[in-house]
Amino acid sequence: MNEWAYTAAFFIFAAVTVASAVGVVTKNDLVHSSLLLALCFVGVSGLYVLLQADFLAAVQLLVYNGAIAIVFVLGTMLTRRSIRHGTNHSEADAPSRLIGLISGLFVAVTLGVIATTPWNYSSAGAVQDTPAVLGRLILTDYMIAMEVAAVLLLAAMIGAIVLAKGVDEE
Amino acid sequence: MQEVTGLYVIAEMLRDILGHYLPAQYVDISMSLINIGVIFGIISMTAVVLVYGERKVSAFMQSRSGPNRVGPYGLLQTIADMFKLMSKEDIMPAGADKWMWILAPMILFIPAAAAYAVFPFDNQAVFADLNIGIFYFIAVSSQAVLPFLMAGWASNNKYALIGGMRTVAQMLSYEVPMVLSILGVVMMVGSMRMSDIVAAQQNVWFIVLQPIAFVVYVITATAEINRAPFDLVEGESEIVAGPFTEYTGMRFALFFLAEYANLFAVSAIATTLFLGGWHGPWLPGWVWFFLKVAGMVFLFMWFRWTFPRLRIDQLMALGWKVLLPLALVNVVITGVGMYIYQLLS
Amino acid sequence: MLQEFGNVGLLLIVALVFPLLALGTAFLLRPRDPGVEKSLPYECGVDTVGTTWVQFRASYFLYALVFVAFDVETVFLYLWAIKFQELGTFAFVEMFIFLSILLVGLGYAWKKGALEWK
Repeated sequence: MNEWAYTAAFFIFAAVTVASAVGVVTKNDLVHSSLLLALCFVGVSGLYVLLQADFLAAVQLLVYNGAIAIVFVLGTMLTRRSIRHGTNHSEADAPSRLIGLISGLFVAVTLGVIATTPWNYSSAGAVQDTPAVLGRLILTDYMIAMEVAAVLLLAAMIGAIVLAKGVDEE
Repeated sequence: MQEVTGLYVIAEMLRDILGHYLPAQYVDISMSLINIGVIFGIISMTAVVLVYGERKVSAFMQSRSGPNRVGPYGLLQTIADMFKLMSKEDIMPAGADKWMWILAPMILFIPAAAAYAVFPFDNQAVFADLNIGIFYFIAVSSQAVLPFLMAGWASNNKYALIGGMRTVAQMLSYEVPMVLSILGVVMMVGSMRMSDIVAAQQNVWFIVLQPIAFVVYVITATAEINRAPFDLVEGESEIVAGPFTEYTGMRFALFFLAEYANLFAVSAIATTLFLGGWHGPWLPGWVWFFLKVAGMVFLFMWFRWTFPRLRIDQLMALGWKVLLPLALVNVVITGVGMYIYQLLS
Repeated sequence: MLQEFGNVGLLLIVALVFPLLALGTAFLLRPRDPGVEKSLPYECGVDTVGTTWVQFRASYFLYALVFVAFDVETVFLYLWAIKFQELGTFAFVEMFIFLSILLVGLGYAWKKGALEWK
């Protein structure tokens, strides 16, 4: 019963993720594309839950869907003046088809490599109390990484403000 | 007395009864479905009671009597309102983005309902006692921002679009202080589990130990659920109904269902984090829980009928320049305070 | 853990179905009488002029960008909050450094007027 439910959940989330990702790329309307990106993030969050990384799933929802997706959607909504639909045109001509073919080949090769690699499965069971373990790790082993992350966030914030203010003053 | 009337005991009795009729693996699922039924019952009851409650409370504060015609003391007013809304014609605005317009109210309801999964209604009566308890609530309630943007954009209406944009700006600005005020409580407990947070308040409620956090939480929660004095986005006299302008009938009702579900949710979180959850003498835990939540809901309604609406720039300034530094100061004070407490004991 | 999330998933599925039921009921009950006047955008009785768009305000964008930075910061703060009691002075000083770096960011945003609504 549980196995069946787990497999069903996996395929549902995987389908949602892949279908919305395809939608992001192929949809004509940019706002629809950015909303489908948000749906893709939800699918990924579901996959994290299935991998028993519950804290990471919540972070994915909170940061990606609750902040980054909004930046994307606001961007597409604010920078489109006149035409409501369109501007994500995909013309069907030779270069597009060639690129499509190469991408398909790339996907096939990647899947083949993944399928034929002898993966080593860790014998350690899944961690049940993930936030506690993560908390300990970032405060002891990965402390430098955390401080660097803070500096990176600072740089990103300053850069974003400089760019946005620059646009405003033009 | 808590032993017999606690929700957990009732659940155990149900589980025994089901165990007689169903094979083992189906008992879990049926219990889960029964719990979900109860939660949706609570959500629906909440909407019905709160709509009526809001009108009576506002009437009381404005020295008038409120609904008193439909049924005894006007108790059936919400039912009548529901029938009215259900029977209204559904008018899609011309040029609206069809699927976005249809999906926005439905998607808005999901985070409001999903938050109920982590409320500790009673001792061991949490629907899902997740390790990441309160963090799950924060993640889920941050999802409510996008549907407003969808509704605003899809309506093909300038008021709706401006309203949607402002809603997003407001909700984003008040989310960081809210999360930081909750952080104060998590620091004191050392765990994100809801049942741990309630258990840590057996002797002293956190409203005593974290007053600044409580004040910041109440203010930011009012802003997050778009209620007065932060209801610029749906302020009737200014922007019609903001992102909901072009919605009629049941779709409009869904927005309000989500809003009242959210009101109950933030009150329940305030109760769990600051008012001791289901702790209390004599009465069963869940009675105390609902009493405290009712008190918080009354507080939120009191705010609505007391304070004037904030202007958008005042609103933003309050969120970023007052509440955020205040919440950060609270985190630092809590940290230093706990450190000193540890050194001394 | 998966069992609990399975229950949450079930709740989400029902939360998805519930509005559909509500709307379905309303679909059966409500009248259908479309007209041109009714589907015009509502602007308090006045006819709309021009297409629907909103003036690009850098403010919206800036709030969202500063929010992204602070959102990621709160994730780290939550992880610290659970463990800092056990890990003593060192962890506390670390988080202090973390917070002060981000306070510099907040101060910069404040000074540059990124938090103003213009």
